[in-house]
Amino acid sequence: MPLTDASRPALWKFARVDFDPVRGRPVLLYPEGALLLSDTAGEILALCDGRRTVADIAASLGTKYRADVGGDVLEYLEQLACRELVRDVA
Amino acid sequence: MSRRPTTLLAELTHRCPLHCPYCSNPLELARSTAELSTEDWKRVFTEARALGVLQLGLSGGEPLVRRDLEELVDHARDVGLYQTLVTSALGLTRERAVRLKEAGLDHVQISFQDAERESAERIAGTRSWDAKHRAAAWAKELDFAFTVNVVLHRANLDRLGAIIDMAAALGADRLELANTQYYGWAVSNREALMPTRAQVDRSAEVVDRAVERYRGRMQIIYVLPDYYSDYPKPCQGGWGNFYVVVAPDGRAMPCHAASQIATLAFDNVRERSLDWIWNESPAFRAFRGDEWMREPCRSCPRKHVDFGGCRCQAFALTGDAANTDPVCTLSPERLTVDAMLDGDPRPIAYSYRGMPPLAHRRPASTREPV
Repeated sequence: MPLTDASRPALWKFARVDFDPVRGRPVLLYPEGALLLSDTAGEILALCDGRRTVADIAASLGTKYRADVGGDVLEYLEQLACRELVRDVA
Repeated sequence: MSRRPTTLLAELTHRCPLHCPYCSNPLELARSTAELSTEDWKRVFTEARALGVLQLGLSGGEPLVRRDLEELVDHARDVGLYQTLVTSALGLTRERAVRLKEAGLDHVQISFQDAERESAERIAGTRSWDAKHRAAAWAKELDFAFTVNVVLHRANLDRLGAIIDMAAALGADRLELANTQYYGWAVSNREALMPTRAQVDRSAEVVDRAVERYRGRMQIIYVLPDYYSDYPKPCQGGWGNFYVVVAPDGRAMPCHAASQIATLAFDNVRERSLDWIWNESPAFRAFRGDEWMREPCRSCPRKHVDFGGCRCQAFALTGDAANTDPVCTLSPERLTVDAMLDGDPRPIAYSYRGMPPLAHRRPASTREPV
């Protein structure tokens, strides 16, 4: 099911975000896989707690960066949802 | 940014209670006395993490035969590795599973041989059905990420649908279906393992339907049988690109089948740092990038897609690891592969790892494979 602004995304319970000091970047780790993240992607995933909506997350980052990031946040989370790394718990 | 490995496969031991005919470990197994010590492995994990490794596979043989497994898992957790135990599940107890969970193991991958007990145990060469199914229940109960892996070949491909349903019923989060690759011991059983083309065609349809059916519940990873493909597999994402294997005796290799490439010498973590081996050792540099490639790879638009295929297969089938993988239809040696696909399949009779050939067994002291 596609994500919408009203979805409440959470990381798959077997995936976790760590900071990799070797590469100086956040990484998403899950069974047999690892994704190197941008700092912004790391911030998005840190907010995916299953309570905040996609719109909440976008608003939070939009305030911080003083820009409308709604489309980008939804698109990014959609990509991870396609790989079942992020799931809508709503 | 410099090239860094992301994955370490630690082959803790070659000892194994199963006798699978498709075993890809080398013919010559490392003896238990040659295995790296606990302290060696801990140092390797620390060095691997410092080099950039994020994923650790604890494999073998059967890693559970190492009594220090919990201590190794505990250390790997401390250095920040995401850990997978790749196991037959034989020898696992619930108590041990609890200790592994407490030590920080993230993911358990259990091998299954078939969806029916009799066939599964015939393939494994030993009683194993109950132990595996019990272990699967513990993996779920203790909330490990849980993968079922099944090596596919002629004797089980016709039950692929039932195998997939079994994995789902066991509660697998992931199912890895890997067609047999012919390395190590598997080479001696190639004729008994090779599927028919009809089986391969049907299995692709079965998998496609199952992927849809189980979407959102169980991820299905299907590894095609490369002999039936037109182009080779991008083995390990390229030689020395992100993957490193350490064998039980400490030799570090870019692929777990690489020890069969007799023209390469692999440095040992007992004598060299993993950093040096990764960045400087001749074996890791041998087929890195594309400078080593010959035609038809050198001018091929796919050279950064499949990296010329598998070096081990090129060596095994053409005698030169720098040749194009002969699975590729552009390889002048593709006929070698086609010849193996022709002809009627012979009756299935396995040569079992770790057992004398049937004719040499004394009836009183040995048990037939179940």
